[in-house]
Amino acid sequence: MITLHRRASPSRTMGWFAPVIALGLTLLAGLILFAVLGVPLLKAFQAFFIDPVSTRYGLAELGVKAAPLIMIGVALSIGFRAQVWNIGAEGQLILGGICGAAVGLYFYEVDAWYVLPLMMLAGVLGGMLWAAIPALLRTRFNVNEILTSLMLTYVAALLLSYLVAGPLRDPDGYNFPESRLLHDAALLPRILDGTRLHLGAAIALGIVVAAWVLLSRTLLGFALRVNGAAPRAGTHAGFNQNRLIWFVLLAGGGVAGLAGLFEVAGPIGQLLTTISPGYGFTAIIVAFLGRLHPVGVFFAGLIMALSYLGGETAQIDLNLPLAVTGVFQGMLLFFLLATDVLINYRVRWGRR
Amino acid sequence: MNETIILTLITIITAATPLVYASLGELVTERSGVLNLGVEGMMLTGAVCSFATVHYSGSATLGVLAGCLAGMALALLFAFLTLTLQSSQVATGLALTIFGVGLSALIGQSLVGIAFEGLPVLMPELARIPAIGKLLFGHDILVYGSFALVAATSWFLSRTRAGLVLRSVGDSHDAAHALGYHVIRVRYLATLFGGACAGLAGAYLSMAYTPMWVENMSAGRGWIALALVVFAVWQPGRLLLGAYLFGGISILQLHGQALGFQVPSQLMSMLPYLTTILVLVLISRDGGRIRRNAPASIGKAFHPTT
Repeated sequence: MITLHRRASPSRTMGWFAPVIALGLTLLAGLILFAVLGVPLLKAFQAFFIDPVSTRYGLAELGVKAAPLIMIGVALSIGFRAQVWNIGAEGQLILGGICGAAVGLYFYEVDAWYVLPLMMLAGVLGGMLWAAIPALLRTRFNVNEILTSLMLTYVAALLLSYLVAGPLRDPDGYNFPESRLLHDAALLPRILDGTRLHLGAAIALGIVVAAWVLLSRTLLGFALRVNGAAPRAGTHAGFNQNRLIWFVLLAGGGVAGLAGLFEVAGPIGQLLTTISPGYGFTAIIVAFLGRLHPVGVFFAGLIMALSYLGGETAQIDLNLPLAVTGVFQGMLLFFLLATDVLINYRVRWGRR
Repeated sequence: MNETIILTLITIITAATPLVYASLGELVTERSGVLNLGVEGMMLTGAVCSFATVHYSGSATLGVLAGCLAGMALALLFAFLTLTLQSSQVATGLALTIFGVGLSALIGQSLVGIAFEGLPVLMPELARIPAIGKLLFGHDILVYGSFALVAATSWFLSRTRAGLVLRSVGDSHDAAHALGYHVIRVRYLATLFGGACAGLAGAYLSMAYTPMWVENMSAGRGWIALALVVFAVWQPGRLLLGAYLFGGISILQLHGQALGFQVPSQLMSMLPYLTTILVLVLISRDGGRIRRNAPASIGKAFHPTT
């Protein structure tokens, strides 16, 4: 039997080591999984971790995939610190994509500098609107934000599917459920020639810095941290809990919406029935893998982006199903949560 | 009775049954003080495991059993992490769903597109009675089982000593511990029961509701089941009512077009999710009601030395 002995104070060493141990255990479990599936281990390792990032284009793709994960992961981690569980970022991302693309399509063929900024604004507002619903219901009617934000994700996906099949469908598209291709002025500029790396990646970096400043250098950041660690202390200190909930959800929704617009105006270039391979959900893992710290989230985003790229390479090279990526991500989160115990407890084998 | 009305009622029953199982399991888990957000993942894994078992063994009984066991296996993983290793229940539940969605897609990749004739009707002779025969007797064993399980659970929670212990663990784990009850053991068992029920719900989806395997086929039913527990204010009887209400709403989308509603199908499909939100608002706005009925220790970790 395992027995746990509470440490007098959380171990700082383990705070850094636990995620590394979790990554190692995930790799080990992955190797076992590949062995069970009958995949040659070396080839699998190469397909997952070496091939995707061995070219300039591959590295740029890593940035393309990491940008949404990092932005949303950072925004969500602020909420998780304050114990606000916005798990509907995927829906907020979709709404941002819809609103941003709608603006782009409204200005179709208009070649002006203001088109893209307006689209970004619409993306942010769309995500905020979607996140405002759980915020209103939580602060006004005491409704759990986990369930409402998640339900709204399904609604958003259906809304997108309705819009691209109906009102936003390409009029010359032979009835395919997709919108027109966005024109040049509505597309994000590329920041690396010959690749798909776009302006959004740079903005994602800016969001990491902004979040770090917010959390470590401002009163609001302090209020968020206190509220998460000890809600009653926060209330006694005069921090308005409802305002924190609104702030956290709107910030998360806005960033997720912006990420959605980046997908539509970046790598995709039009509205399709799906505009995200679950970035909004994976960002939850990214937030935890980064231990809810902006810098940690940055590296965690790169790692999870690699798992997407590796999954795609493995699908092509080794004929592995794309679902392997999901299994990997789930396992990683399990191991992370399991190794968290090392921070607060000493683990001993044998009876107490 | 009118033929279409009977057919509609039958589809409501089939739509409600998986919700009854999944939410009943979660209700028992929550009554012991554990919040498992991984219902969706357990349901999907149960669905794919039971379908695969039926496909390879040909035995429906084994299929149901496999779904049950698969749900329990994931629940055990959840229990080990949250109860033994003290991880956050919310985060671990989310992980369980993400893992379950991926795992089920991985297991099911070679099963996509295979059909199966569905579970046999339990009482085919009685089902031939004109008019009401099909409505009352034309179902498979899992439908009748769901009613029996609700009754049994209700009796267990309110009328037995073990049920009282389970509720006391959920309401005040410290008091239960002081009285000498094994808090962790009770919570393990309740979590496993929840997993078994979620697995059964999944088995019903892939073996009876739509007898085939489709990726992500539960389509959020695991999350709706979680909302149903709140709707039922943790009472099994009300849960049955809620599940049938949702069953009715979710088949509206199937019959909407036939009844002449000129609404795009995607918008009709939003109904169950929007209703869930609406129902949560109606129930939760009265904070006192939730506080009086919710297990007081829900979601809180228990460690004997603290």
